[in-house]
Amino acid sequence: MSAAQPGAARSLFDYYVTRGRTQIQSQFQYRVATYMWMIGMLAEPIVYLVVWTTISEQQGGSVQGISTGEFAAYYIVWTLVRNMNIVFTPYGWEWRIREGELSAALLRPLHPLHDDLAAFAGWKFVTILLWLPIAVVLWLLFDPVLDPTLLEVAVFSVAIWGAYLIRTMFLSTLGMITFWTTRVSAIFELFIALELLLSGRLVPLPLMPDWAEDVAAVLPFQWSFYFPIQALVGDFTTRELLSGLAMQALWIAVLTGLTLFVWRFAVRRYSAVGN
Amino acid sequence: MSEPAVRVAQLNKTFLVPEREAGLRAAVKSLIRRQHREVRAVDEISFEIAPGEVVGFLGPNGAGKTTTLKMLSGLLYPTSGEATVLGHVPSRRERDFLSRITLVMGNRNQLQWDLPALDSFELNRAIYRIARPQFVQIRDELIELLDVGDLVRKPVRQLSLGERMKVEIVGSLLHRPQVLFLDEPTIGLDVTMQKRIRGFVAEYNHRYEATVLLTSHYMADVEALCKRVVVIHHGQILFDGQLARLGDDFAAWKTLTVELEDVTADLSGYGDVLERDGGRVKLRVPKAETARVTARLLAEREVADLTVEDPPIEDVIELVFAQERP
Repeated sequence: MSAAQPGAARSLFDYYVTRGRTQIQSQFQYRVATYMWMIGMLAEPIVYLVVWTTISEQQGGSVQGISTGEFAAYYIVWTLVRNMNIVFTPYGWEWRIREGELSAALLRPLHPLHDDLAAFAGWKFVTILLWLPIAVVLWLLFDPVLDPTLLEVAVFSVAIWGAYLIRTMFLSTLGMITFWTTRVSAIFELFIALELLLSGRLVPLPLMPDWAEDVAAVLPFQWSFYFPIQALVGDFTTRELLSGLAMQALWIAVLTGLTLFVWRFAVRRYSAVGN
Repeated sequence: MSEPAVRVAQLNKTFLVPEREAGLRAAVKSLIRRQHREVRAVDEISFEIAPGEVVGFLGPNGAGKTTTLKMLSGLLYPTSGEATVLGHVPSRRERDFLSRITLVMGNRNQLQWDLPALDSFELNRAIYRIARPQFVQIRDELIELLDVGDLVRKPVRQLSLGERMKVEIVGSLLHRPQVLFLDEPTIGLDVTMQKRIRGFVAEYNHRYEATVLLTSHYMADVEALCKRVVVIHHGQILFDGQLARLGDDFAAWKTLTVELEDVTADLSGYGDVLERDGGRVKLRVPKAETARVTARLLAEREVADLTVEDPPIEDVIELVFAQERP
């Protein structure tokens, strides 16, 4: 390319902004479908919310120190964190590899992960906008106890993007298994089962048995669910909040390294079927 | 002598394909012991393309054309052998390499489906890091050359196949690539659209001295654009040379068209009669016999006119494709 080129970091930022914007435009074309899909996604947290608030009320207003209002706050914030956690899934990888749809991305002088990250980041802005009225309704229905400090709000704002990166890298690595296996659904189902139990998605981690908490402590799952939620609704100390962000950064680095390592070998197996 | 833009040496690509008989029993058996078969899609091919050259890459379906183009554009990792494009090894997929090539596939959509093509062009500007003033100039020039000013504002999904192909080409050339790999760029298009795209490729090659490797099943594309063709079949190169020479190597006959005064004359003794229209007779004659038969006709018949031609390129290509693996 003979054109005068801006610096690499500025160019990458420009790409993220442009790609995010095109994704927002695409998403707005299907806003009703997106909204219906988001409402459908509410079934899961509402079940948890109803179950735990009921148990809490039956046990005199709390379960292991978590009050009914705190459960409500946990699962309402959960809905936002879950939306932030939606990333390009292994099913998507399976489709793009099996059908040869990865070819267009491979022809660009940019790692396909940038495209996934930028597109889904753009998508988040639409879902957050659509999530706000849903959050208001849930707030009015379940009366949560939520009184975060400014620091907690700041850490939460960073942590939800950290969660997004952790889950993107984790699921991209899993998705790349398709380069060897053609199908990845069974592995993805196993991932979902582990994530449900060990991330705080099903129940807040302190309600899990000690052994499960010990296992969760050495795995990345809780940093994409429990930590960001608890950063806002819990009462972490400043040290806990900052060390939580550091743990997220560590997992992002580890999983990004793993993703890039797997990619180096995986892409050699691409057969560009049909395209 | 400048460095070749494309250099391929003993390039191979082998796919391992799972294989089993039909039926439940075979399916159960394959659970325990999976059988594979090696398919050699590209077999020890070598060729070079000079900068600015337009080369037709011909072969029947499954010959290995697209596999070769995919290896040259960095999509596929070769099994063995060497390939360089503009001095880069394609499989390394370096930024500088990918910024200087393009692969246009007639059956492939690379633009954002739901958005007007202009938005996808904007995305390509960011991907290829094109400075905005240059981007606007190139984009507008391509839009004008391909006459797609009205189309680029419509969502891509609402465009016809031909319209989509034209905006695809604009999107693929915004970074002004020096090497174009065109895989059936005119497939499924009507004759007018094919002609327009052919004209555009010729103009692009002329204006920017771009190197073009083109596959097409439409011989009109090849005849209009390529002086040189590489013919591949069963993964191996059967011919590499001037298009005009293809007939010499593969067609064992020539066509003689004779105009006679005598409309009833029987010319079957001179060669195979292909057509007859009054006194105008078209004969197929073995190449080695052409001079002798021509002399005989002129000596023995009242000939008003006589022309000797190579067979049409379509017929020659058909002959080439009919070749079996050596």
